[in-house]
Amino acid sequence: MANFVALLIAGLATGALYALAAVGFTLLWQTSQTINFAQGEFVMLPAFFMLAAMHAGLPFWAAILVGLALSMAILGFAFKRLLVDPMLQHGVLPLAIATMALSTFLKESVKTFYSAEASPFPSIAPDSDIRLLGVAVSWQSIAVLGVGIATVVALQFLLNRTRTGRQMQAAAQNPTVARILGVPVERMILYTFLINGALVALTSLLISPIYLAKFSNGDTLGLAAFIAAIVGGFNQIRGAIVGGLLLGVVDNLSAAYVSTQYRGAIPLCLLIVIILFKPNGLLGRAEERTV
Amino acid sequence: MKNLLASGGLALLTGVLTSAAFAQSGDTINLADVAELSGSGATVGTNWKNGIDLAVEEINAKGGILGAKIVVTHADTQSNAGIAKAQAQKALDGEPYALLGPGYSGSVKVCAPLAQEAGIAEIMGGEAAELTRAGNKFLFRTSFGQQTSMPKIAKYIAEDMKAKTAAVVWVNNDFGKGGHDTILKEFAARGVKVLADDSTEAGQADFAADALKVKDANPDVVFIYLNEEESARILKELRKADVKAPLVGETTLIGQKVIELAGEAANGALGHVGLTTDAPIPAIKAFRDKFVAKYNYVPDHNGIKGYLALYMIKAATEKMGKLDSKNLAAALHGLTITPEKEPGILMEVTIDENGDLDRQSFLGEVVNGKQVIKEVLPKLKN
Repeated sequence: MANFVALLIAGLATGALYALAAVGFTLLWQTSQTINFAQGEFVMLPAFFMLAAMHAGLPFWAAILVGLALSMAILGFAFKRLLVDPMLQHGVLPLAIATMALSTFLKESVKTFYSAEASPFPSIAPDSDIRLLGVAVSWQSIAVLGVGIATVVALQFLLNRTRTGRQMQAAAQNPTVARILGVPVERMILYTFLINGALVALTSLLISPIYLAKFSNGDTLGLAAFIAAIVGGFNQIRGAIVGGLLLGVVDNLSAAYVSTQYRGAIPLCLLIVIILFKPNGLLGRAEERTV
Repeated sequence: MKNLLASGGLALLTGVLTSAAFAQSGDTINLADVAELSGSGATVGTNWKNGIDLAVEEINAKGGILGAKIVVTHADTQSNAGIAKAQAQKALDGEPYALLGPGYSGSVKVCAPLAQEAGIAEIMGGEAAELTRAGNKFLFRTSFGQQTSMPKIAKYIAEDMKAKTAAVVWVNNDFGKGGHDTILKEFAARGVKVLADDSTEAGQADFAADALKVKDANPDVVFIYLNEEESARILKELRKADVKAPLVGETTLIGQKVIELAGEAANGALGHVGLTTDAPIPAIKAFRDKFVAKYNYVPDHNGIKGYLALYMIKAATEKMGKLDSKNLAAALHGLTITPEKEPGILMEVTIDENGDLDRQSFLGEVVNGKQVIKEVLPKLKN
């Protein structure tokens, strides 16, 4: 039982990371119908911004701020202006393919300009454990869960309780009507890209001490987040969160109680079941498109 | 048009003749290295490559081998066996004096038949037991195979640590499977019961569930047989899960890169080490200093392997007294190289008829973020 609880906590911590990356998929989908296949690499990259800042002599906290700022500027602002805006005019498919190319470009760039080897990355939490319900739980898992929950709550607050958030939702749901009502739709869309930039920086900060900073980290994470977003519902932020947490827990429990060899297949089985029986995802809603 | 064809043909012929002369020139020895310079084995391949480059620089500075300078080309397998095979074929088409690498056993498995067919000696970094059991007379190790190292580890676990039960965590590739199968056989022979047999994937990032599975089994000892980066990740998770059992492995558990990546979590890990820069041997310490001066980091065992590969070629060539690529493999078989005659070999080594090595090895422990050698284990046959 003690180990089950420990597995559950570890699964939730992993799931929180998947959820943060999956929220990025959802945000971009809602505002610009974009599936960003480079989302995994977006999570991988900020860790290297932070490492480069530390190598330049900055303390860890300052490197985090630099990583956050660069992430919002490059992976938020520049991504939208230089790739999404020009490509979206040609349809969603060319844009999706462009993000695949971007994913390769980012991976190879890190390999070339930083290193192909993994690098250690400092943790925001101490390495020690704490005992909860008779189970040793690492501060790192608690930090991941805590920051993950706090981020989601802050995001929900921003979207539901602030004027800007409601304008962002209006812009996502019906841009034409929102424009008529005076909502600065373009600016709201830009905000979602900036929020995604901040989210990936935060996820990178939390995941890199566990995965180690490496150019290929986005492969695993991007796929897991994509599956989480589909399982939860691609067009609902709370769906992405539920999908991420569910995936993390299922992955950990299946590795421990079913088979470590086939653990990679279990999330895909879950995905198939969801697509067959609930095509819009657990919390997703049906979307109608004009043709 | 006729002129164009004629000059094209002439250029092609000149190119072919130049390339043949280049490969067999008395002034140059062309070596082809095929290594994991990116992907999950980047740590392995980068160390291997740097060790080779250091040895080449040293040998060339002293006049080369029998007066011929060494030129080495490096090709990246991307840690992928399919790409390794293509790169090895490309390298062999250039008729090198010898083929170096790869480091991953799975990649060696697909490259070795190509070198055998070309009649070129391949000196590689793979450690899977099966590699030198296939009757390939052109394949040579630079470190111990699992058939040499696993009995030493199992003996230490059963007799010195007095362990009755064990958990085995291994990576499901050719390297890991070879080690897993051999250690299980050795444990069975010594009465050590395996309570958890945990297979993991190459490149796996999340080891939380694996660590808790090991903890649940509550073994006397945990045997870990993973590649370097994965070793670092599981060490961190095992410490997080508060696993108290001693963690024992091979070189890949307590190497420099693992210690750097795992930090505090590496402390206390034990390992049988065929090659280590922390060995209490002056020649190895001198190698380490030279490597650090050139690359600004401490190499792991793969750096030594790459370095030794060059000195094995040098010793065998000097034994032949001529640059004879086709007979290099025969010259390596049965050769004992001593540091007195060839200082670059660092420790006395004997190469047997299968391409396996016999030399001293070490038992190490990570103490305060440093690998400390606890014991020197002698050669099997003196």
